[in-house]
Amino acid sequence: MALRGNLRDFTVTQLLNLINLAQKTGTLILDGPTDQAHISFRNGKLAYARIGQEDGNLASILRESSKLRPDQYRALSTRAGVISDKELGLLLVNAGYVSQEDILFGLQVHFTSIIRRLFTWVEGLFRFEPGIPPPDDRINVKLDLENLIIEGSRQLREMEELQDEIPSLDLALKFTERPMTNLNLSVQEWRVVRFIDPKNSMKRIAGAAKLNDMEMRRIVYGLIQAGLVQLVRPAGAEIPLNPRMFPTQDREEQRGLINRLIGRIQRL
Amino acid sequence: MQNVKMVVTGPFSAGKTQFIRSVSEIEVVSTERKLTHAAERAVKETTTIAMDFGRITVDNDLVLYLFGTPGQKRFDFMWEILSEGMLGFVVMVDSTRPETFREARSILETFRAYAPTPYVVAANKQDVKDAWEVQDIRHALRLDGDTKILPCIATDKHHVKTVLLELLYSILDRMGTER
Repeated sequence: MALRGNLRDFTVTQLLNLINLAQKTGTLILDGPTDQAHISFRNGKLAYARIGQEDGNLASILRESSKLRPDQYRALSTRAGVISDKELGLLLVNAGYVSQEDILFGLQVHFTSIIRRLFTWVEGLFRFEPGIPPPDDRINVKLDLENLIIEGSRQLREMEELQDEIPSLDLALKFTERPMTNLNLSVQEWRVVRFIDPKNSMKRIAGAAKLNDMEMRRIVYGLIQAGLVQLVRPAGAEIPLNPRMFPTQDREEQRGLINRLIGRIQRL
Repeated sequence: MQNVKMVVTGPFSAGKTQFIRSVSEIEVVSTERKLTHAAERAVKETTTIAMDFGRITVDNDLVLYLFGTPGQKRFDFMWEILSEGMLGFVVMVDSTRPETFREARSILETFRAYAPTPYVVAANKQDVKDAWEVQDIRHALRLDGDTKILPCIATDKHHVKTVLLELLYSILDRMGTER
């Protein structure tokens, strides 16, 4: 079934979050204001990115990152289309021009710079195609999305949007099961992270970290988007079921009432 | 006669009225009015401005009332009134309109803040070609693994029954843990 919509309603950051959490494989196609972008993922990790008419071949990426001299680049460009990026990468590594790490680092920088450009797209259509895997002839990377998601979330500035996302600061936060590794957090974000505990409401954390409501919401939004934390009721504040929801206060009668409702609805 | 109630909430045009209509034994008492906003009119002609009201008689001694809330935020003053004393609530989401997911999340959090009652999410219009998958909606709504999200077609009584039953099972579970 379709995973499609408009960036006006569902931001690039939110899409990355969804792909990350669902560990999707496929290609996200974005039709932006002037260009079309293709971003490929494998098991929820960024594998490849291309935007507009930019070829994004390995030679040009290595030239961009100053790993190739202009004359080397010119020589290699004449062979473009004859050999694939994978073959070219192997040749360059074997010839000692670059290391495998240089190649992967160059590609990661290039792909993340494309994603950063997409964060500015607020209008346009998107669709996710699970049937289109990352291109086979290009070198794929395996980049965790959490840092990109946090970076994208920092750009959500509108108070109204943040208030929609996190209506109340009375709730607390707890870490999800996802591992927190190699995270690039700001000082403010770390200040929040170190107070995260189901016992502390967001309001309390904001006070301790000396953040105003909007700063707190923005940081929490980023952490939630990256799948690192989730909202919970503050520990100890678990409110029992409202006795007024039942016409009787007897627990056995309440249970009997629910069972009668179940029986009736099953018979409908 | 004992009365209990459940609330069906969700964004504008999520299918709340239809959901109640599919199981109510009375013609749903619906306070629908013609829409005045052009953008909303493009989606449907009328909307609920106060509430929908359906009924299921369980036996001689017990009646379940279903209340549907108005979807637009400008009627949110009604939500708290309707949620008073509810057994639980259903959050309806239109699976074909991702533009409403943020609002659905906001409504869900608002209702959670009103009352700590169990709830389930119904991913409606799953029979439409452009519907998002239930698991994608779970991530989009940021639901944790414990929250039930169920595929739904509000025009289909069987789906509506399943959603209501899952909510009742959640209430029973919750009563068990509070023992």
